[in-house]
Amino acid sequence: MAIVVNRPKLTFAERCYLPAIVAGLAITWNHLKRALFNKGIVTMQYPEEKWDANMPDWYRGAPTLVSDEHGKDRCVACQLCEFICPPRAITIKPMEIPDGDNWRKVEKRPEEFDIDMTRCIYCGLCEEVCPEQAIYLRKDYSITGLSREEMVHDKKTLYKLGGVMNGLVFKWNDLK
Amino acid sequence: MDIATILHFLTIPWVFLLWTSFLKSFIFLNLTIIVVSVTVFAERKVSAFIQDRSGPNRVGIPLTLFGGKKDSFFWGLGQMVADPIKLLTKENFVPAGVNKFYFWLAPKLVMIPPILILAVLPFGSTLFGVSMTISELNVGVLYIFAISSLSVYGITLAGWASNSKFPFIGGIRSSSQMISYELALGLSVVPVFMICGSLNLNEIVDWQIKNGWLVSPYWPKGFELSTLIHPSELVHTLIAGLSIQRFALWIPLLISFIIFLVAIFAETNRLPFDLPEAEQELVGGYHTEYASMNFALFFLGEYAAMFAGSGAIVSLFLGGWSCPLIPDGSHGWFWGLVNIGVFFVKVSLMLLFMIWVRWTLPRFRYDQLMKLGWLGFFPIALANIFLTALILAFTHR
Repeated sequence: MAIVVNRPKLTFAERCYLPAIVAGLAITWNHLKRALFNKGIVTMQYPEEKWDANMPDWYRGAPTLVSDEHGKDRCVACQLCEFICPPRAITIKPMEIPDGDNWRKVEKRPEEFDIDMTRCIYCGLCEEVCPEQAIYLRKDYSITGLSREEMVHDKKTLYKLGGVMNGLVFKWNDLK
Repeated sequence: MDIATILHFLTIPWVFLLWTSFLKSFIFLNLTIIVVSVTVFAERKVSAFIQDRSGPNRVGIPLTLFGGKKDSFFWGLGQMVADPIKLLTKENFVPAGVNKFYFWLAPKLVMIPPILILAVLPFGSTLFGVSMTISELNVGVLYIFAISSLSVYGITLAGWASNSKFPFIGGIRSSSQMISYELALGLSVVPVFMICGSLNLNEIVDWQIKNGWLVSPYWPKGFELSTLIHPSELVHTLIAGLSIQRFALWIPLLISFIIFLVAIFAETNRLPFDLPEAEQELVGGYHTEYASMNFALFFLGEYAAMFAGSGAIVSLFLGGWSCPLIPDGSHGWFWGLVNIGVFFVKVSLMLLFMIWVRWTLPRFRYDQLMKLGWLGFFPIALANIFLTALILAFTHR
């Protein structure tokens, strides 16, 4: 069944456009006038002004490695993040913790941990899959560099960006 | 050959005409290009302000590169220089499958007509006794109509030569838009000819200096700076300006002014009639496939057309280069320059108005424009001519 749309009956003033046009011009003129005196402009001047303070906790920025409250690195080089990473941005070179080391019971730690930020799509799957809660997407969003090499974050950079995160998994703990 | 002979040679009438014409063309063309550049910047800035944004405000002098403490932005005025440099240095990409000859020809066809229109616009009165119109054609307004309707060929050709669907629709729209407003455009100025008795833009401006701007219903007769001092003379001039004919003629002139204004918006493809371009529907319309300087020529053509259209409106209805209390160029070169300045100020205000309208109104639908042109403006403009004739016949002294 066809739907009948009732068109409103327009008055002559509405049909000849001009009053509406003049009203519209008045509105835009007021905005122009306000903006000329620098009032009412909502633009944020980006590098000088930032929204960082208002960023939500669940913001998915750059993936980073975090240390726990005792300053221990948490990654155990299980390589799950490397396998799940859809654009294959993560490259891990694992290393066995030698006998006699205090942390022998942990067995593995990454010798090298690289995230290629030119490939990363900030999906957060690495964070989701990590059994040790070692990798987190933090709030850094402005990742720039002048070369491709610069855009690859190595272990040092990742821990620097990650900082400390208090967590629940205590593998790197003497008592557990 | 000494200097005296050269000077003598330069004052031979035809040589004098030749070199002054060249000089005038050169200066006014460059002034127009500068105005176009400023208008593009103003467009971006005004649109930003209307939409509560701040617009381009970064391009300036990078003082930090030379060891300065802070960059100086100059409200983004550097954008006027940066944009042309960007367009000039970009790769001029030509897609495969286009008709190369017409593809290259089209931007030039859009650019040339508005520049040709500048030839008959009275930019000013006189400077050192030389008329500030490049060519005082006695069919000036007809020339404007003839030339300005040529620019639609460029647009249609661009749409067709691009060999792509969106430009093609844009080109087709442009040509059928043209037939719907061109008649109203031509007919709307007939009352002006009937009142002024001339097609020459200079004579129309002269008429307006004597009898007042055509959009005003009242004009004090013989109003000069000296009359301000004598109250009795002032009252006399104010009363002398009152006339029934002028008041009655105001109605048809206002109608023809509005129709002409709206038609110029359509002529220059400005919103609310930018159907050939229609970014939201047709990507970029007729210039979708164009890049770098070819695209810039379209851009330049559009804004030069705005300038030429504003110049025509100002000359026909708003008194051209004249301004009350400002004498013309025969009183000295300074006043000649002031007259040119007055013309450019008026044109700039017109351009500002065009920008203001663009960022206020939504685009007309296709059939709405056709309806407006054929059923609205065409009959009104036609009736307006008869109305003017009747008023002129009955109030004839």
